[in-house]
Amino acid sequence: MSHPENATEFLKDQDRSKWHDETLWFVRDKRDRISKTIPEWEQLRELASQIKDNVLANLGSYLEDFERNALENGIKIHWASDAEEHNQHVLRILQEKNCKAIVKSKSILTEECHLNPYLEKQGIEVVDTDLGERIVQFLNQPPSHIVLPAIHLKKGEISDLFHEKLHTEKGNNDPTYLTQAARIHLREKFLGAKVAITGVNFGIAETGEFVVCTNEGNADMGVHLADVHIACMGIEKILPRRKDLAVFLRLLARSATGQPITNYNSHFRSPSPGKEIHIILVDNGRTAQLAREKFKNSLKCIRCGACMNTCPIYRRSGGFSYGSTVPGPIGSILSPGLDMKKHSTLPFASTLCGSCSDVCPVKINIHEQLYEWRQEITKTHGEFGKGLSMKLASGIFKSPLAYKISGSLMRSALKTLPDSLIYHPLNTWGKSRNLPDTPKETFQQWYQKNRS
Amino acid sequence: MVPKESIMSSRERILSAIAGVVTEEKKLPEIPDFRLSGDLEELFTRSIMGNKGEVLSKEEFEKWLPSMHLSKVISLSSHFENHSTLPLPIDPHELEDLGLAILDGQFGVAENGAIWLEDSNLGLRALPFITEHLVIVLDRNKLVETMHQGYDLIGDAKSGFGLFIAGPSKTADIEQSLVIGAHGAKSLRVVLV
Repeated sequence: MSHPENATEFLKDQDRSKWHDETLWFVRDKRDRISKTIPEWEQLRELASQIKDNVLANLGSYLEDFERNALENGIKIHWASDAEEHNQHVLRILQEKNCKAIVKSKSILTEECHLNPYLEKQGIEVVDTDLGERIVQFLNQPPSHIVLPAIHLKKGEISDLFHEKLHTEKGNNDPTYLTQAARIHLREKFLGAKVAITGVNFGIAETGEFVVCTNEGNADMGVHLADVHIACMGIEKILPRRKDLAVFLRLLARSATGQPITNYNSHFRSPSPGKEIHIILVDNGRTAQLAREKFKNSLKCIRCGACMNTCPIYRRSGGFSYGSTVPGPIGSILSPGLDMKKHSTLPFASTLCGSCSDVCPVKINIHEQLYEWRQEITKTHGEFGKGLSMKLASGIFKSPLAYKISGSLMRSALKTLPDSLIYHPLNTWGKSRNLPDTPKETFQQWYQKNRS
Repeated sequence: MVPKESIMSSRERILSAIAGVVTEEKKLPEIPDFRLSGDLEELFTRSIMGNKGEVLSKEEFEKWLPSMHLSKVISLSSHFENHSTLPLPIDPHELEDLGLAILDGQFGVAENGAIWLEDSNLGLRALPFITEHLVIVLDRNKLVETMHQGYDLIGDAKSGFGLFIAGPSKTADIEQSLVIGAHGAKSLRVVLV
């Protein structure tokens, strides 16, 4: 399915898509307000961008430093070229520990590697412990947002789901009540798991430590009760110095949800006595992306989700419309690198308004890369359906007379066209769109009157 | 002959792929010592409250504690040594029904309320998470302005585990409604001494 087809599905429920749009805009607004309380905000973004530039220019030596220091700290390191090898590493560790049930905190990387179905096929129970992730796991769905995994669901649906799975009262939609039920359910899982899996927010080359950030405390509940902690880390998550964390922790939560910091920010340097920590360093297309000069900056991403919250397309079409592990603007520049054919419509799912680049805490030029991917895809896959109207428009823009006439026609048409025609089911343009109020005069007329 | 590619380990394959990418030099920037203006205690208190925690004086804490009627309390704080009702177990699973943990924090960050603790403060790493309520005792002279001064204080400390705690366990995963007490501690109280 292409992005437009999936988006059409999401837009069928108009109340939900409106709620989705407004809720994510609310999160974006919180990000704006908190960023304005930090006078050096723009300097922090520039620093973060420069630090990541330096990381990408020296990735090999930083990874070797990270590995050496982590090994010295008593952490075990595994390397994985692709998703399959990553999953094999995890399985091998679980088999060595004779472990049949694991708890996992949020990790986009394990989603990218499709770890859950891989382990489940081997008879291992995987429990996602982030509340939003547990909810979508119950529904056999992937997360629809990297920070807010269940943002596409309403509390009534979650209540029905919990009634079925956790035997909560039917019709009790109170988020506090539902969260409490999940707490009790997951506590049992935490207490029973011998191995816990987490993602990694940042890995520090000079110390060999890594940092995991959560608000729920689920990553820590899992790993500190388990005997073995497996941390799955994309190779681009490296930062050179411990003090760089100050820059990134100041930016991450403010950009993600508009809060000053996540409530738990855990720095893992070495295992507790008698326990084990494993880190799996994963490539899975990252070195290929590094080699694409125009697109390598996408590897700076710290997975805050700000570009999704601000994107007019994401907000209105929902995370599932993208059909990729990371949705939204950043996903639309990462995913074509993994599979250009499958994700060929994603770089077109954008107005190129540039808001994603404006909010990105590491200053990735997201909208420019979307435009670049369009060039690549059009070169490879030929013209797309939008071609015809674009050609029409190009004809009008080429002829000054045609432009003048079409302009005055449009102005009167916008005023007089009946809604039934604009919102006719055959006119796909009218879906979830309103026509603008029309100006009384052309820009040319205005200029003649006011400036000449 | 086996092609070289296939006998390379993934480690070698990844590192050689990276080495094959031509990159121009990018300098690692120095980070300015960004500061904050205002009364640190006031800013810190406001930050903790924003994170849904509370800040108490020693007297307020001593009034609050008996009102909770908690039977299982572990205190590792040097300021409140006599409040423990049970010893720290070896296995963290035994903490399942712990009512309260009282721990010393090393320093607090005014801009966001984050408090730094290390293994030496925690006893068991699970302690601040598995406990139902958490109290962190903090010297009011150990407040810094921003995270930059925070990491200056951490320096090259070698603790196996360290963390910033800034509030109680919380989630907004159900329709963005904020709920306190997801998996970890249902409350955070910071006692400034």
